[in-house]
Amino acid sequence: MNWLTRLIESPRAILSSNDTPEGIWIKCNGCNETLYNKELMRSAMVCPRCDQHLRISAAERAGFLFDEGFEQRDTELRSVDVLNFKDLKRYKDRLKEADKKAGEGDSVRNYLAHIQGTLISASIFEFAYMGGSMGSVAGEKIVLGMERALRRQCPYLLVCASGGARMQESMLSLMQMAKTSAMVNQLHEHKIPFVCLLTDPTMGGVSASVAWLGDVIIAEPGALIGFAGPRVIQETVGSKLPEGFQRAEFLLEHGLIDAVVDRREQRAYLHTLLGHLTAFSYKQHH
Amino acid sequence: MAFTYLEFERPIAELSEKIEELSRMGSNNTIDIAEEVEKLSKKRDRLIEQIYRNATRHQISQLSRHPDRPYFMDYIPLLFDDFQELHGDRAFADDGAIVGGPARFGEHTVMIVGQQKGRDTKEKLKRNFGMARPEGYRKALRLFHMAERFGMPVMTFIDTAGAWPGIDAEEHGQSEAIARNLMELAVLKVPVMCTVIGEGGSGGALALGVGDRLFMQEFTTYSVISPEGCAAILWRDRAYAEQAAEALKSTVKDLQELQLIDTVIPEPKQGAHRDLETAATMMKAVLHPALEELLEMPLPTLLEQRQQRLRNIGVFQQHS
Ligand SMILES: [Zn+2]
Repeated sequence: MNWLTRLIESPRAILSSNDTPEGIWIKCNGCNETLYNKELMRSAMVCPRCDQHLRISAAERAGFLFDEGFEQRDTELRSVDVLNFKDLKRYKDRLKEADKKAGEGDSVRNYLAHIQGTLISASIFEFAYMGGSMGSVAGEKIVLGMERALRRQCPYLLVCASGGARMQESMLSLMQMAKTSAMVNQLHEHKIPFVCLLTDPTMGGVSASVAWLGDVIIAEPGALIGFAGPRVIQETVGSKLPEGFQRAEFLLEHGLIDAVVDRREQRAYLHTLLGHLTAFSYKQHH
Repeated sequence: MAFTYLEFERPIAELSEKIEELSRMGSNNTIDIAEEVEKLSKKRDRLIEQIYRNATRHQISQLSRHPDRPYFMDYIPLLFDDFQELHGDRAFADDGAIVGGPARFGEHTVMIVGQQKGRDTKEKLKRNFGMARPEGYRKALRLFHMAERFGMPVMTFIDTAGAWPGIDAEEHGQSEAIARNLMELAVLKVPVMCTVIGEGGSGGALALGVGDRLFMQEFTTYSVISPEGCAAILWRDRAYAEQAAEALKSTVKDLQELQLIDTVIPEPKQGAHRDLETAATMMKAVLHPALEELLEMPLPTLLEQRQQRLRNIGVFQQHS
């Protein structure tokens, strides 16, 4: 395998690194077209041929969504192997590998940023970090992101990309669903707008908690979003899954999300939406 | 009723059969036989002690879903009076996997909501094996809100392999239904006590599991994923369920160490599945005083403590 095929086979490897060499080719997993990386970056890593939304890192997402000058926050939190968990590999080793592959800071990255001038607190899942799985650190960072929104009196944006709870933290990870969901009540109480952007994939414990509690929930085209994995459902019910099952468009059709928004239009969409949610044309406390 | 015995319970079953056989022979009353029965009974007691107290995590996980284990509705008449089951989510269906309604617990009216597995095939189908659909979680939420309106403390009883992984469940918003319960239970303006009485299976269990107190019966588990499911993903083979059960550390003892549960409800020596009435009495002995304590708590304190409890879950490091 030469360097080019290696990169084509795992585009994630280059997409998350900052020193991406110019002029690298990436194969679109939608239409199989080989695309020029620079061209893809200009279209927010959406295939210009077939509109496939390629998976991107949290850092790239931040770059596409936010105005220049955004800052990362809460970078000092690290996972602990409380249970001394070992499957085929040790959890400790998986963490080390993930740190190398996706950068330290675990599966959620927090930002203080602006979207077309509107200040927001944001948490973005890093899927490359152990499949974006939610353990104690991810749960804490989401809560910290919400608390920052409360302090700053600004909207909170959560961008999801996660396979679900982190099994290696067992019950501590399951309980993060309760912890993050509970915190949403405080956003409600203080009328802090909370917007969820669900991207490919948003599954399991993340889907069945904070991801579905936004005032407005939007999703990227084609994103796989659901509680149970399609394979598990297939095995359980033993019948064929419907066309487009658990895709963003399917959820929209079933009334489960507010809108499907193309990545290239998300900045403008969010800017307008946050304008609506913070306008308060009628002052309830006259 | 004919008992079912798990592999590791077999030695007890065999000894019991032997004792019974001897007792039958002993009807013509020879002292020798009576002595032998006495001896074997003592041996059986020691065996029971040994087997259940030293059960491995995998064995406890099997006990938590033992076919003879009492289900929520078995406990209702033993713990509560005047239970009135209320049906439906007022929108789509009545989910048989979740049962709920007002009842009297001692002198207090409470709202009880729990998962119900079925005993025979017909009931299993009616209850969908205790795996709730979104409609079930929405029915539960409707009852939680009613409880709040009328000042009824909520008592939930958890016993599920997980929320139903089906096409219809996804179409009706399984994720949304679970998420909403987690959020609303966190601020419900009445005491909420949650008790695991069997299998605490992942998000589907947690959707009835957010409250002021979490109790677990001795031979139950509460887990992010079943040992089999975990083995299938991390070992890529369900046959590694025993290793997965050990790694997941989801027994009462483990969760106590992680400070995730308040009190362990003891069970009869051979488990709740061999003595329902004693199990119910032991459960009441824990739940009743706990309720009395929560009823004394002013609402702001109750909610503040619940919020802090949820806020503080998790273990991590601060890296400088
Ligand atoms: Zn394409």
